[in-house]
Amino acid sequence: MDYQLDFTPVIDGLPDLLLGCLGTFLLAICGMLLAIVIGIGGVILRTSPYKAARWAMIGFVEVIRNTPFLVQIFFLYFALPLAGLRLDPTPTAIIALGINGGAYAIEIIRGGVQSISKGQMEAGLALGLHKAQVFRFIILKPALRAIFPSLTSQFVLLTLTSSVASAISAYELTAVSQRIESDSFRSFEVYFTVTAFYLVISWLMMRLFAFFSARYFAYPVK
Amino acid sequence: MTNPSATQADAMITLTHVEKWYGAFKALHDVTMSVHQGEKIVLCGPSGSGKSTLIRCINSLEPHQKGEIRVDGIVLGPNAKAIDAIRREVGMVFQQFNLFPHLTVLENCMLAPMRALGLAKSEAESRARALLERVKIAEQAAKYPAQLSGGQQQRVAIARALCMQPKVMLFDEPTSALDPEMVKEVLDTMIGLAEDGMTMICVTHEMGFARQVADRVIFMADGAIVEQAPPAEFFSNPAHERTRKFLGEILNH
Repeated sequence: MDYQLDFTPVIDGLPDLLLGCLGTFLLAICGMLLAIVIGIGGVILRTSPYKAARWAMIGFVEVIRNTPFLVQIFFLYFALPLAGLRLDPTPTAIIALGINGGAYAIEIIRGGVQSISKGQMEAGLALGLHKAQVFRFIILKPALRAIFPSLTSQFVLLTLTSSVASAISAYELTAVSQRIESDSFRSFEVYFTVTAFYLVISWLMMRLFAFFSARYFAYPVK
Repeated sequence: MTNPSATQADAMITLTHVEKWYGAFKALHDVTMSVHQGEKIVLCGPSGSGKSTLIRCINSLEPHQKGEIRVDGIVLGPNAKAIDAIRREVGMVFQQFNLFPHLTVLENCMLAPMRALGLAKSEAESRARALLERVKIAEQAAKYPAQLSGGQQQRVAIARALCMQPKVMLFDEPTSALDPEMVKEVLDTMIGLAEDGMTMICVTHEMGFARQVADRVIFMADGAIVEQAPPAEFFSNPAHERTRKFLGEILNH
């Protein structure tokens, strides 16, 4: 093999790549927060007594889970301006990631809520709490704890999916690396490095979730 | 003692011709009864006789379809306000304890007073500590439910219900899920509550408890009240064949 490895463009581009990592983190964290809000709100609607709300959520989840993320992000990027909302690529990407992750989160969290015994709801109601209070103060935390491993892998996936946001030139790692690659033609070196960076980012995400879990869900169960 | 044909005026709970169906299955069949303030009722009967369903209708965990349920003058109907008002006056203890696993013992007791009654945190805490003291479990206040034995958990569940300062306590087979050596501590707690004058309806098979505490034992079968009598009379001279058969089964083993 007479290919000569040359990491010089990668080393020269390191500050940009690290900023790209930060961009990816930003997209992932903001996207996740939005996804959690959509996920919890969606579960409330999905399990509400109102048929229209339930069907709206079923439809939302089906549409998002059965269409490609790349199409969703393009759709948002080009459809939002038609609705009079002109957003930069990065906020658009955050919204797209939040909506996409939220649809998956709805189904995951719903599974967690269903895993909580009916007795918990009854005990809350018998104590004079309203249904919404029972959900918020009694059901939600044990439900999230039950499905936290699934939620973690879904959100690591969301972090990696943020690379698709390079298609609308949002500021993140893949977009930065594409630029360095097209300037230097050092494709292997660039993507080798980027692969390693994504691995580190995923690992950090999992650590973050484990840390959060150890803090927030630190109550014993039998 | 008490008079089964109580007047409406001094009755804490009255059920009048209450009927309940699960689909086509009739779970409660024309149930009429009343419970005075301070009266202790033991509700017994074979499994599937509707005793749990009956007390679950009183605080509207199950809706009834016909008849009237009245608690402390409030008529239970589809009106959410009435349901709220009744649930604030009626405490319930479950077979499976149903403590909240993510909250400490103290927090389990503070949640409803703070959220349903709007008590300040300090007030809810002092009330919770006093009632945990009363069920003799104050030293476990900082623990989580999973760290307690079944008997301890059930005593916490009793304290949690008492924190709402209910006028009536409903017990749904409170000792059925307990290991035998823990039954006594829970029954002792309930006896203490009875001695303090709490109005109680207990679904239980603990006939020793019924003899000691109950003012009246009500026997149900197939969703209907078969007979009711003070315990001495109920155990020595049951009127119905069905009751004799039931007592024979649970007392002779």
